[in-house]
Amino acid sequence: MNRRQKLLILTILITLIIVCTYLAGICISEEAIAVDFTNAKLKPSLHHLFGTDWLGRDLFARTMKGLSISITVGVVASAISAIIAVLIGIASAASSKVIDSIINWVIDLVMGVPHLILIILISFACGRGLKGLLIGIAVTHWTSLARLIRAEVLGLRTEHYIAVSRKLGKSNGFILIHHILPHMIPQFIVGLVLMFPHAILHEASVSFLGYGLSPEQPAIGIILSESMKYLSSGMWWLAFFPGLTLVSIVFLFDRLGDNLKSLIDPYSAQE
Amino acid sequence: MNLNHIKSSTLLEIDNLSLSFQMYKGFVEQQQLEVISNLSVTVHSGEILAIVGSSGSGKSLLAHAILGILPENATIKGTLRYKDRILTSSYQEELRGEKLALVPQSVSYLDPLMKISGQVIGHKDKSKRKLALKNIFKRLELEEKTENMFPFQLSGGMARRVLVATAVIGDAELIIADEPTPGMQTDQALEALAIFRKLADEGKGIILITHDIDLALNFADNVAIFYAGTTLEITPPKDFLDGEHALRHPYSKALYRAMPQNGFTPLAGLQPYAGTITKGCPFAPRCAECMEQCKKEIPPMRKLRDGYVRCYYAT
Amino acid sequence: MQLEANKICFGYNRKESYLLNNISLTFKEGEKVAIVGPSGYGKSTLAKLLSGYLAPVKGRVLLDGKPLNPKGVCPVQLIYQHPEKAINPRFRMRQVLEEAKGLDLTILKKIGIEEEWLTRFPRELSGGELQRFCVARALLPEARFLIADEMSTMLDVITQAGLWNVVLEEVKRRNMGLIVITHNMHLATQVCDRIIDISAINGF
Repeated sequence: MNRRQKLLILTILITLIIVCTYLAGICISEEAIAVDFTNAKLKPSLHHLFGTDWLGRDLFARTMKGLSISITVGVVASAISAIIAVLIGIASAASSKVIDSIINWVIDLVMGVPHLILIILISFACGRGLKGLLIGIAVTHWTSLARLIRAEVLGLRTEHYIAVSRKLGKSNGFILIHHILPHMIPQFIVGLVLMFPHAILHEASVSFLGYGLSPEQPAIGIILSESMKYLSSGMWWLAFFPGLTLVSIVFLFDRLGDNLKSLIDPYSAQE
Repeated sequence: MNLNHIKSSTLLEIDNLSLSFQMYKGFVEQQQLEVISNLSVTVHSGEILAIVGSSGSGKSLLAHAILGILPENATIKGTLRYKDRILTSSYQEELRGEKLALVPQSVSYLDPLMKISGQVIGHKDKSKRKLALKNIFKRLELEEKTENMFPFQLSGGMARRVLVATAVIGDAELIIADEPTPGMQTDQALEALAIFRKLADEGKGIILITHDIDLALNFADNVAIFYAGTTLEITPPKDFLDGEHALRHPYSKALYRAMPQNGFTPLAGLQPYAGTITKGCPFAPRCAECMEQCKKEIPPMRKLRDGYVRCYYAT
Repeated sequence: MQLEANKICFGYNRKESYLLNNISLTFKEGEKVAIVGPSGYGKSTLAKLLSGYLAPVKGRVLLDGKPLNPKGVCPVQLIYQHPEKAINPRFRMRQVLEEAKGLDLTILKKIGIEEEWLTRFPRELSGGELQRFCVARALLPEARFLIADEMSTMLDVITQAGLWNVVLEEVKRRNMGLIVITHNMHLATQVCDRIIDISAINGF
C-alpha cells in the first residue's frame, strides 16, 4: 500500500467518525438526557459510560449532543468564513489599489483584536444564542485564508496563460470562472477544514465563559463550566470526559485538514 | 579540434544506465516511469562530449544522476564509474563541488538572497578563488560591479554567465553543463564555450548537454545523439558537417535534413513518451528502414567508422 | 492590412533609460520578417508590445492606423517560447482549444494534433506537442498577424521543421503577416523574406 492510499483511507475513516458523532448527537432523544434524581452523581460504569451529573443526567448522551452542536457550529461558521475569505481575497487582488489597501487594513484590524473578545462582543450584540455565536465566529476567522487567496490570485494574474486568454478575446468573467476560481478550490477546501478546530474551540470557550450558547443547550462549553462547581466534590468525570472528547474531535479535524493538504499537493504526485 | 588522438584517460564511464521514476498515475495508483534506458557513454579527460536531444527527453536527469542529486523517487540501474571507481552516493558526495561541477540549466539555481560574488566563490579556498573571480568575470564579459549584485538584478544572459563562472572557478575535473547558453548573445555563448574548450584542452572532461546542434558541432569532440532516453549514435562533429552520408543512424540523418540550413525537412511521427519506451529500437516506428528485428530488441551499440551507432543496418 | 510601431519607447524601470528607444517599424500582410539581435536588447519585449501584451511608454502600436483594442480577440497573436506557461495546467487540451472561439478544426490535423491528446492534461504532453496547440490556438479566424517569439527554440530540429512548415503554409494561405523573433540566423534566412537587426534600429 502506498502513502496516498493510506492517507485516503485515514481521511475517510476520520470523516466517518466525525459524521457518526454528529448523527449520534442528533439521534439521541431528549429522554436520554432527562433529569433523573434516582441516578444522580454516579461514577462511570457500563450503564453510564461517562457517569451522571448532579441532576442524574447521563453524561455520555449529553456529551454526544454537545459535540454534535460543536460540529454544527464549526462547519457552518467555517463555511461562511471561508466563503467570505474567497470573496474578499479575490476582490482584494482583482480590484484597484485603493480597495486593496482598504481590505488589507481591515484584515490587519480583525487580526489585531483578540478573537475571543471580538466573538464575545459580536455574539452579545447579536443577542447571544446560536445565531450570535455563528456570526461572531464567521466574521473573525476569514482573515488568514483571505490573505492566502489574495496572494494566490496576485500570483495567478501574472501567469502568461491568463494574458493569452485575454488576447484570445476572453472577458474578465470567463477568466475568473475558468482560470482563477478552479485554482482556488484546493486552497478553499484545506483552509475550510483547518478552520473547523479553531471554530469549535472558540465556540466552546465562549460558551464556557457564559457569553455563547444558552444554558439549556447541552454544549460542551456549558457542560464544562457547570461541572466546575462540582469538581471540588470529587466528581472528576464531569469535566474529564467531555473535555477529552472535545480535544479528540478537534484533533481529528486537524488531521483531516493536514491529510487533505498533502493529498491535494501536486508535489506529492512524484514518489 | 578533435583531441581524441592525444593521450587521454577515461574520466567517466556510464554503462547501461536506466533511470526510472515512481509516480502517481491518477489519484492513488503508482507506476514506474522509465526516462532513460540502456544508456552508455564515456567521457575522457580533454574531451567535450555533447549530448544533443530535444527538451524533456531526460538529458538533465542524466546530469543529476551523475552528480547524485536525483529526487528520492528515482531508481537507477546500471553502473557509473568515475576514474575506474564505481560512483556510490558517498563517492559522489565527496566529488561533488570539488571534482565534479555542474552548470545548472535554470537561473533559479542561484540563491536570490546572496550576492553574486559569494555564490561564485563558495566556501572553499576563498582567497584563491577571489583572485580567480576577477579573471573569469573578465573573460565572460561580466562587469566588475556584477560581483556585488543580487540575482534579480541580472539579465537572463548575465545570470547564465554567472552560472558558468561558478562551475569553472574551482579545479573540477569533470564539468557538466546543462543547457549553458540559451539567453546569451551569440558571441557570449561562443565565449562561454571557448572557455569550456580551453578547460578541455587543459585536460578536463566536459559534458555539454544541449538541444542546439549547431552549437555542439562547433565545440564538441564527440556528439551523442539522445533520443527517447538513450543514445542512438556517437559521432565526431565533422560527420555532421560533411553531410548525411557521413552519419550513421537514420535518426541522425533525419536530424541533419531537418536543420534549417539543410532543407528544413520534417519527419512524420513522434518521439515516444517516457514510460512507453518499448523493447525494440525507439526510432523503429518512424524509421524507413525498419525491419522485424528492430521491433523485437534494441540494437547494441557498435563501433562504426570513427563513432558508435545503435542500428543493425547502418553502414 | 499593416502593423506599425510608431516611435515606441519602453522601459521596465522608470529610473533607468529605455530598453527600447524610439523604434519605428512597419509590417505588411503577406510579409515574413525576422527580428534578430543579441539577448537583452528587447526582442521579446518588442514582440509583447506589438501584440498588445505590454503598452509602450511613448509612441503607439497601430493596426491599419488604429490602436489595438485591449478587449476582444486580438488580430495580432503571439506564440511564446515556453508553451507550458501559455497553457493553464488545470485545463484539458480540449478546453485549451475551446478558448479560441471559431477555430477552424481542420488545422488540427494539418498541425499534427492527435484526437486522443484532447482529453489529456498539459503535463502529459511534451513541449513540442504543447507548442502545436499554442500555434493552432493562435490561428483563429480573426488573426491577421502572427508573432513567433523563439517559438521553436526549445524543440528538436525535426519537430521545429514540422511546425514551421505548417505555420508557413497557413500564413501563406490566409495571407497573414509573420514576425519571427529568433537568435538562429539559419532559421531566419530559411523562413523570412526580410531580416531586421534590433541593435541597428534601437535608439535612433
